[in-house]
Parts: sequence; C-alpha cells; structure tokens
Amino acid sequence: MSDQTPTIPRFRSPSPIAWILAVAFLAFFLQGLWAADMSLDRLQRGALNLARFLGQAMPPDFSNWYGIADAMWETLNIAIVGVTFGCLFSIPLAILAASNTSPNWVVRTIARLVIAVSRTIPDLIWALIFVVAVGLGPLAGILAIIMDTIGFAARFYSERFEEVQKGPSEALTSTGAGRLSVIMGGILPESFASMTATSLFSVEKAIRSAVTLGLVGAGGIGVELSTAMRLFRYDDAAAIILVVLVAVIGFEQLSSSIRKRVI
Amino acid sequence: MTAHAPVLDVSDLHVSYGDLAILCGVTFSVGRGEGVVLLGANGSGKSTLLRAINGLAPATRGQVSLDGVPIIGARRATLRQARRQMGYVFQQFNLVPQLSAFQNVLFGVMGQRPLGILNCLGPVARSEDRERAMHCLDRVGLADRASHRPTELSGGQQQRVAIARMLMQQPSMVVADEPIASLDPKAGREVLDLLWRIVDDEGLSMLCTLHQLDLAREYGDRVIGLKAGKVLIDAAMDKIDTASLDTLYEGATPPEDAAHSSTAAA
Repeated sequence: MSDQTPTIPRFRSPSPIAWILAVAFLAFFLQGLWAADMSLDRLQRGALNLARFLGQAMPPDFSNWYGIADAMWETLNIAIVGVTFGCLFSIPLAILAASNTSPNWVVRTIARLVIAVSRTIPDLIWALIFVVAVGLGPLAGILAIIMDTIGFAARFYSERFEEVQKGPSEALTSTGAGRLSVIMGGILPESFASMTATSLFSVEKAIRSAVTLGLVGAGGIGVELSTAMRLFRYDDAAAIILVVLVAVIGFEQLSSSIRKRVI
Repeated sequence: MTAHAPVLDVSDLHVSYGDLAILCGVTFSVGRGEGVVLLGANGSGKSTLLRAINGLAPATRGQVSLDGVPIIGARRATLRQARRQMGYVFQQFNLVPQLSAFQNVLFGVMGQRPLGILNCLGPVARSEDRERAMHCLDRVGLADRASHRPTELSGGQQQRVAIARMLMQQPSMVVADEPIASLDPKAGREVLDLLWRIVDDEGLSMLCTLHQLDLAREYGDRVIGLKAGKVLIDAAMDKIDTASLDTLYEGATPPEDAAHSSTAAA
C-alpha cells in the first residue's frame, strides 16, 4: 500500500436520512410508551389480576369435555376445508401472478392485487365480513380461512414459480407445446415440493386462525372460549386453551414430519 | 416441394437485445438431410441464432422458414406447428428433474397431441405413444433406465434421454446447441456419435453448434462460421482449411474487410 492512500476512517457519519429516521423512530417509540400509561402501580395490579385468573383457572374443568371436543372438531373442519379450497384456488391465481407464467401484465397486476388484498386484510376482519354475508357459523369461518390462505399460499407459490429454472420449460416450448402444458409439465413438477411445504404451513396457520375466528362468531372452539371468558368460567376457559394447545402442537409436529419427508 | 428445396431457410436475420445487436443479417439455408456444423467464438451469436430459428428469441428483422412456412411474426398456431418439426437438443439437457426418463421422453409429443400434457402423462398416454417412448429410449440404449430420474443419471445419459425426447418428436430437422459442451471428452464423443447416427438413420437435417474443430471436421458435411453476428464462412467441410476456421476465433470483433477474405460459399 502506498503512503499517500489514507486509511479508511473507523467511523462514518450516517446519512441525513438515517438521522431523520432514527430520531423519528425514537420519538414515536417514547410517545407510544407514554400513551400506554405504563406505571409500576398498574403493572403490579395487572400481575395480581393475572394471579387471580390463574388461581380460578386451576384446575381446568374438563366436565364439558364433549362440548369442547365437538367444538375442536368443528375448528379442524373449518381449517381443513378452508385451507384445501384456499390452496386449490391459489394455484391458478399464482400462475396468473408469476411473471414467467402470466399471460400479460394486466392479468398479472390484477392477480397480484387480489393476492395482496387477501393477505393485507387480517383473518378476523375477513371473518367479520363473512359473518355479515352468510351469517354466524362455520361457513363464515371457512370463507375467511380461504381468503387468508390465498393471501399466503398464492404469494409463495408464485414466487416459487418465478425461481424455477428456465431450461426444462424452454425445452417443452421448443417441441411446440402450448403454454398451459409447458406450465403443467415443466414448472409445476419443479415447484411441487415447495408447494407441499407451503400448503402444510397454510394448514398450521389455518388451525391457529380457526381457533380465534370463533371469537367473532365464525364457528369453532373460539365460540366456546369467548363464552367461558365472558361468564368468568376461567376453569372452563383453561380446559379449552389446553385442548387448543395440544391440537396445534400436535399438528405442527405432524406437518413438520411430513415436510421433512417431502423435501 | 422439390428434393432440393431447403428444409430451413434463414434470410437477413437480425436479433438484438435492447441496443446490443447479437445477429446482424444472417442468411443461409440447410438442405434436406444435410448435416451442418455451426462454429463461432463465445458471444458470436450461435446460441441466439438457434433460439431465433425456434422462435425462442424474438427476431427484430429478417425471416426464418421451415419447410417453406415463415415463422417470424407468424401466428402462435403456425409457430407451434413449425416447432413440432424441429427437434432441439440443449447444452444443459433441460430435462424436467422431478420426472422419470420415460416421462421426459413422452413429453416429446406434447405439442402434437390434442390437450397437450393431458395426453402425454405416463398413466393416460396412448399405448402407441408409450411403446414408442420405450422404443426411443431403447435406441439411445437407456431402456433399462426408463424409471430413473435425471438426477440419478450421468451427464451423458441425461443428454441421451434428451436425444430420445427429440426422437419421440419425429422432427424433420434437428437443432443442437453445443450438445456435448457439458460432457467429458469420452461421453461427449459417444453422445455425438449417437446423435449423428440417429440423424443419419432418420434422414434428418441437422444444425449443430460445436466448439471442437476436430469433431466439427469429422461429423459435418458443411460448416457455417459465425463471427460478431455475421456469417463469415459457409463452405463444404472438405473444402475449408483449418487456418480459415481459426480466423473465427481471432480478435474480439472482425475488421470490416474480414468478411471478404474468407472462403466463398460452397
């Protein structure tokens, strides 16, 4: 190294934009902290209330086990039916949205918009909308899960399609095959493993969503939970929460073991 | 159509990507049953030329006709019709990695069956197609590997499966883009032997890019040399000396008069 070359400085001042962002973030954070009215006194009372809740929740009351099992079964129904339709609808939508399979940019933009809308609106809000549309019960839950799954699965499917290597599809195109045949023969087989993994994640996500959907009346175990909480039957609530915990963890184990086999 | 009518006719073909001109007026034709080797340095436009002939790369000007049917600017159906007549062998084999060799070969008729893929999936394909796919695999010596996936095969075997797929297509013309560039010398020679034998047996026309001058001399009836997007050499293989072929690889871009010093057309 020559003598004239100065050493790189140890520190460099961040750009003005970085300064502005940092200051804005800090201000917003402090204001939020202040607005939440966090005080030692309130935290202390909160801890006592929590202890009282736990005291009343223990031991969990499983006397209504039949009702809980029935509601859990309905929750799984909602999740599985919803996620199956959601994943099926996601495939054509993802094909229309991926840059290498979409027929043209107008269709691609519309498909991406549909996916973005179903992703950005949270599942609980979908459930509220569908309760208005089709009334209380599992159907509203199923429709909400379908929309939620499309937002998640269609996006990841289409991203996977875009990553598929070009060669095989080009080879099929060169034989004079039609577009749809090329997509089904060259792109879907390569995406299959990743799509299976995404779909299993969707199922896990759907089961977690389906539990909460009942809180707004869209069927499933959430209805039982919200009733138990409102009637201050915390021991019933604890039993329901335990059942949910076991079901969700059980399914996550199952799905991750399937995923390991597929990939 | 007369016996002398060319199978492939390329005239004044221009291809460019943005401002970058890859092909600047390429003109030549390939006769029925003729085996043409296309030579040229990296970046001379060989691959682009083959892709444009198949309609995979869009041409900015000029025309390509297959069996007298123009395909540049043609309707989709016409282009697909022309593609069915043209077998394409790629440097990277381009098999679908998740599917068996047998299924990959069956895909050769994808463009020729109504409903496309729905008529050439293993379980539902016509019996005669299934038998012919096995026969094609047999011709490349891989009938015993029909159920293997490409990843379970060597590079040479994969390229032979790709050749079987091309054979399944029953084309009248074969386009091969450096079919042996990814293979070791021994496997490469075996594959090239097989490819050229099949092309001869079926009486197909062949346009094949190669990097090895000695192999080009051995297999080709005729040589076309491409340099900086233009045809520099077009001659019968036995009428051209190695020195002229070497000029294809000299310098990055040819001086303007380089084209005149090359050998005349065959």
